[in-house]
Amino acid sequence: MIGIIGYGAYIPRYRIKVEEIAKVWGANAENYKRGLGLTEKSVPAPDQDVITLSAEAAKNALKRAGIPANALGCLYIGSESHPYAVKPSATVVADAIGAAGHLHVASLEFACKAGSEGMYIAYSQVKAGVIQYGMAIGADTSQGAPGDALEYSASAGAAAYIMGQGPKVLATVDWTHSYATDTPDFWRREYQHYPRHGSRFTGEPAYFHHITSCAEALLKKSGMKPKDFQYAVFHQPNGKFPMAVGAKLGFAREQMVTGWLVPTLGNTYSGASPIGLTAILDVAKPGDRIFMCSFGSGAGSDGFVFTVTKAAPKVRDLAPKTRDYLDKDRIYLDYGTYAKFRKKILKNLED
Amino acid sequence: MTTSARIWREKPHRYRLEGVRCKKCGRTWVPARQVCPCGSRGLSAMVLPEEGRILTWTVVHTGHPEFSDSTPYALVVVEFGKGARLLMQLADFRREDLKIGRKVKVEFRKVQAAGESGVLCYGYKAVACSE
Ligand SMILES: [Zn+2]
Repeated sequence: MIGIIGYGAYIPRYRIKVEEIAKVWGANAENYKRGLGLTEKSVPAPDQDVITLSAEAAKNALKRAGIPANALGCLYIGSESHPYAVKPSATVVADAIGAAGHLHVASLEFACKAGSEGMYIAYSQVKAGVIQYGMAIGADTSQGAPGDALEYSASAGAAAYIMGQGPKVLATVDWTHSYATDTPDFWRREYQHYPRHGSRFTGEPAYFHHITSCAEALLKKSGMKPKDFQYAVFHQPNGKFPMAVGAKLGFAREQMVTGWLVPTLGNTYSGASPIGLTAILDVAKPGDRIFMCSFGSGAGSDGFVFTVTKAAPKVRDLAPKTRDYLDKDRIYLDYGTYAKFRKKILKNLED
Repeated sequence: MTTSARIWREKPHRYRLEGVRCKKCGRTWVPARQVCPCGSRGLSAMVLPEEGRILTWTVVHTGHPEFSDSTPYALVVVEFGKGARLLMQLADFRREDLKIGRKVKVEFRKVQAAGESGVLCYGYKAVACSE
């Protein structure tokens, strides 16, 4: 039995509402809320970045796994907002959680699927018998250019997974499948501050084509149908896409709402489908089947079929639940404070 | 000693809140020390718990130039049980969180950045637990 033995999420406390952003750009908030299918998004504090969000999610995953941090054979962090261009985020996180030393560390990058990418590699290494336990994190604090549609959705959050085998497994990985092509829907060149999108490629040729290609192959491989699953979670760049792609594949709304966090979380990029999965693991019953499919621009998708075991209910209360991070203790920002937090204000350089 | 070198050296307590407890007088020291002020060398390694309570607090309105963007910021002395106390910044704070006895927990945060291109320094700050 190989699969997830620990998981943990982290979401910052700060939020900004769509109205607050729309007001500044003279845009119609109702149109944006309806068009994007979201009402607010999380915002990292000025002293938070991918490293700090990852460290908190990692500590939560370790609490649930109940293993010493130095038993981890690998630590991967997938993100498109690593604080350093050169120096892996996971070097700092490994030291912060007590895992530094004898382990394999890497930063991964594949737009929004860098988190699921790490999950797949960590799982594969456990399966190959190379390591006993491996941790993978998806985290982002991405930014959209001011006034750009992405500014309404680009948010912050992290999810950490520990892969292992034996009785600790709380969700087995039953099947995996990945799909990738060269599709220029979204990119950011070196030294550029904000990403760009090739509008004509967004949607159908990118998100929908890659998720359906990956998901259909995964269903075929596993011999399963959408009705065989209690839960499904997809990459969620906005509220609409995941529900539309799920419906297209044959999943019902009830199967998708638990992992559909984007309406009040925003798009956490590499954290998106991984954080959605943590919300499902917080409530799923033993025997429940979960279907997951990520998407990263560029473009590609990673798919997983999980089965929840009886270990899940025993460990879920050992760390904060994802819905609690999302629904409790929120601090709302005005646009000015948000712009200051996100360093969107040009200051005079002091001499 | 540059800041990055000092912080690298101080990783055990900055990154993991590691310290020592005196086997003779029971006092806790973070960072770890070799000899307790009571004279004892019998010190055992320990890690601070993740939760504590605010013992006292203050708000800094005119900070060091390096932190001018974050003023006003709150400093709190956190009591971690068994007499271990640490002076920390209270992150994400609202005025109503500043209460003696308020339960707080530690979170890993960015502490300093050496300019736009220098090394980033991390450590723990306190945040108010949800009530
Ligand atoms: Zn002593």
